[in-house]
Amino acid sequence: MSIPNKIFTLVLITLILSELFLFYKLPNNWEYALERRSFKVASMLIVSCCIAYSSLVFQTLTNNKILTPSIMGFEAVYLLFQTLIVFVYGDKTFQVIKNSDNFFISIGLMMLFAFLLFILIFKRGKSNMYFLLLIGLVLGTLFGTVSSFLQLVIDPNEFLIIEGQMFASFNKINTDLFWYALAFMILSFIIGFRQIKNLDVIALGKEAAVNLGLDYDKTVKLYLFIIAVLVAVSTALVGPMTFLGILVTNLTYELFKTYKHSILIPACCLVSCIAVLGGQFIVEQVFNFNTTISIIINFVGGIYFMFLLLKAKKI
Amino acid sequence: MRLLYFIFALIALAVISLFVGVKDIAVSDLFRWTDEQQLVMSISRIPRTVALILAGVGMSICGLIMQQMTQNRFVAPTTAGTLDAAKMGILASILFASQSGNFTRILFAFGFTFLASIIFLKIADRIRYRNIIFVPLVGLMFGGILNSITTFFAYKNNVVQNVNAWMVGDFSGILQGNYELVYLSIPAVVITYLYANKFTVVGMGENFSKNLGLNYRTVLNIGLFCVALTVSVVVLTVGTIPFLGLVIPNIVSILYGDNLRKTLPITAVFGAIFLLICDIIGRLIIFPFEVPIGMTVGIVGGVIFLILLIKKQR
Repeated sequence: MSIPNKIFTLVLITLILSELFLFYKLPNNWEYALERRSFKVASMLIVSCCIAYSSLVFQTLTNNKILTPSIMGFEAVYLLFQTLIVFVYGDKTFQVIKNSDNFFISIGLMMLFAFLLFILIFKRGKSNMYFLLLIGLVLGTLFGTVSSFLQLVIDPNEFLIIEGQMFASFNKINTDLFWYALAFMILSFIIGFRQIKNLDVIALGKEAAVNLGLDYDKTVKLYLFIIAVLVAVSTALVGPMTFLGILVTNLTYELFKTYKHSILIPACCLVSCIAVLGGQFIVEQVFNFNTTISIIINFVGGIYFMFLLLKAKKI
Repeated sequence: MRLLYFIFALIALAVISLFVGVKDIAVSDLFRWTDEQQLVMSISRIPRTVALILAGVGMSICGLIMQQMTQNRFVAPTTAGTLDAAKMGILASILFASQSGNFTRILFAFGFTFLASIIFLKIADRIRYRNIIFVPLVGLMFGGILNSITTFFAYKNNVVQNVNAWMVGDFSGILQGNYELVYLSIPAVVITYLYANKFTVVGMGENFSKNLGLNYRTVLNIGLFCVALTVSVVVLTVGTIPFLGLVIPNIVSILYGDNLRKTLPITAVFGAIFLLICDIIGRLIIFPFEVPIGMTVGIVGGVIFLILLIKKQR
């Protein structure tokens, strides 16, 4: 199948899945249900695109296929913040902090974290990506330690509030936040789109890119910033989805044997939408909400990742 | 000579650890303890101190073996998915054998950690260029996967908080009768001392060690056995102590070089000293309450690790 045909098929599947999602077993008072469902579908599409875009670009920047930006520690920051507010306010959390405040403070904290990390790394003029990652990971583990201590102390009933935040879920989407998230996403996509060709050059590796006359550090910084925004938005909107990125990027590489980011990025977004829509449909209809989408995705994505690691002769 | 000083420091700290706590027991009353004071000593303080020393020795030695076998400074139970595998084992024991005692738990945890270590070594073997930072990154991702699989089943069975509670390192629950498993780490440490040099050779690769006449598979499996045994008993009795196995061997190697026969005992004693100090701080900082050891070591160790990393990078 040629590339346009493949893209067309993916679009078709995405459309079918969204229709299925919207109209499957529609109850009698269909107007209300349809409105809720369309917001849900739209937010799933936003989150899928954010994650697909950020993971794909991140893998290009780091020059490998098995990492996702969430390992830099963003999710640990988010979880620490969620744990802290429940720790402080207990079961009054929902009265004290509005959903939208929580959303913006979470994004703010994650961005602050990203900034500090980037300053720490780029200050010395050397941009070693792996080093950046390891520092982020260690900081993430540190935050994780603090969170798990606080979670241990918290009353089991209040822990349920955190448990709700620990796993991504599309059932708690707030319609006000939806528009902000959409705006953030479109803005980042437009800024990133202008330099999309530079990504093809970066994929060749740092030395080659510098030799070809690319301002390597500047481009990397720009894209790291975009990645930070996208990850922060999607995490604050629905919660952590660690392994979705690895799953969809690698499926995309398998489907499209190309290195052009102008094809890879939209393709990856589509694959991601299909994975999330399909996954959520399974969660609702097969598991009857007995589990959450992020746990399913992490489970499937994790196993696929293991398969990748063990199958590949060289990583 | 240096080792002797360290041992003195260890003994001094152990004594301090015996006399720090909510129940006031003075050293000067040594021979005039009331029954109650004796009880506190034998049920809580002594087991706690012993467990601290053994856990400190065990975890830092584990880190050292793993670093030798992968020839990578940044590999340790925290960064190779070993702790996450132990967590998986605990979940399995909660789900399948909830009524059984600690011994079954140990078997589960041991099985999972052993398997995970084998898989991790397989993966590390295939990494194209042995970038010193890339290997632990892959290890941490690997741990993340194990964790996500654990979470999948824990969530379905409503035991997320229960499993997580097992994982927070904490010595306050150590009492006579529930900590004895930690003694199982002693044979592992002894074996490690006997095999120390062979582990280094194994780290050089399969062909190299076979050329030197070493039974590669056997030595590798012995190393993994020691690591899995120590990690699982420590996790079950105490919980996870992040960064300990990572930081201690690195500090010792910066101070005293890499002659394994010499540095191994120092690493062991140093690990115990570090853990004792962290625990005593944790007990005093919000007296009469306690900060769990996982927190104190996690923060102190994490910061030290960051400093090491940044220094290395320069």
